[in-house]
Amino acid sequence: MRLKESPSQTAGPYVHIGCAPQTAGLERRGMGPQLGRDMVRSDTAEKIDLMLTVRDGADDLVKDALIEIWQANADGGYAADERFSNWGRQATDLSTGLARFETIKPPASANQAPHILVWIVARGINLGLTTRIYFPDENNGSDPVLALAGTRAGTLIAEKAPSGYAHTIHLQGPQETVFFDV
Amino acid sequence: MTEQAFKPRDLSWHPPALYPDYRSTHLRAPQQQLLHMPQTKTELTGPTFGQADLSPLDDDLILNYAASGQMAQGPRIIVHGKLLDEDGRPVPGKLIEVWQANAGGRYRHVNDGYLAPLDDNFGGCGRCLSGDDGSYSFRTILPGPYPWPNGGNNWRPAHIHFSVFGDGFAQRLITQMYFEGDPHIPLCPIVQAIPDDHAIDRLVARLDMERTIPMDIRAYRFDIVLRGRNATIFENQMEGT
Repeated sequence: MRLKESPSQTAGPYVHIGCAPQTAGLERRGMGPQLGRDMVRSDTAEKIDLMLTVRDGADDLVKDALIEIWQANADGGYAADERFSNWGRQATDLSTGLARFETIKPPASANQAPHILVWIVARGINLGLTTRIYFPDENNGSDPVLALAGTRAGTLIAEKAPSGYAHTIHLQGPQETVFFDV
Repeated sequence: MTEQAFKPRDLSWHPPALYPDYRSTHLRAPQQQLLHMPQTKTELTGPTFGQADLSPLDDDLILNYAASGQMAQGPRIIVHGKLLDEDGRPVPGKLIEVWQANAGGRYRHVNDGYLAPLDDNFGGCGRCLSGDDGSYSFRTILPGPYPWPNGGNNWRPAHIHFSVFGDGFAQRLITQMYFEGDPHIPLCPIVQAIPDDHAIDRLVARLDMERTIPMDIRAYRFDIVLRGRNATIFENQMEGT
């Protein structure tokens, strides 16, 4: 049987209700912690802040986006354990536009530089956007995905910040971030 | 172990990033083509969820926000179906999250100021895991249509938002479910951004009298399809050959 994938639709402005209820102002009765909120579950010296903002074609902050990240753990694996969840989910703050993840820096793999997968949905985004974040203080020279991005590879590399890294994702315009068809 | 690659996504089946009649896409649609990249372990893997992540009433929107002894207002419905891949295989054990407006068309969200009243007993969110055969179900109420600021007299059809996880992040999907017979479906720019009528039809749930419980609750059926796997040598080749 050959089926077609269900077509995508925008997550809309109220995605928080289903995916980040605290941002919606909604505390579900009897609910546990919001899924994806806490990635680092034990004290670790390697903890970093990853601070993300999203800007639209007018260079305005997108304050209603939902961002998920997915990455390797310290050993390079992708199976969560009691110390670390490889998956994180945060909304951009409704007033500041900032999404802050507490995570760890993943290691390089056989042929790829350390990287974090990023997936963004929001009102006006019809199909979730996939991009990556690389680190400015790593050896990125031989990474095959950055090589594919060519002259736009810089849009995938975060900046060093006091407690970790900061990165702006541009949906549109001269600094438009590279988004992938995977 | 080698992860099996996912089939290419047919981008012509999905709504384009820029759809002028849907005004919010104007400044949020990337202008560059998506850059094709090979799937690596990062894209082929994804988070896993278990019953420990859920609470008992998560799949019952009629009760999960209601005060004790009370329930959400509106026509009672079961929404159910199967989570499948493009080869028709069940996708078991995956997290499905839903959110929706109440019966009056109002969301319980700090940013929704529509004049329809909030329902104290309705939160509008739920979640569940697909079963071994890919099946899932929720109990909820029929959401109302509502107007939205898009530069005209635009009303959203009644709908429920779905967020679905697959085996790998490349399967991650957010979509919306509509209700058969809703006259707003052909009028809605968000729906009509989907270029193919057959694709739109896939998002329209059917009244299902088989699952309807007499004198209690009606049922709607909605199947969800995630990207399939490529038929590679890893699938067909016996180990050691």
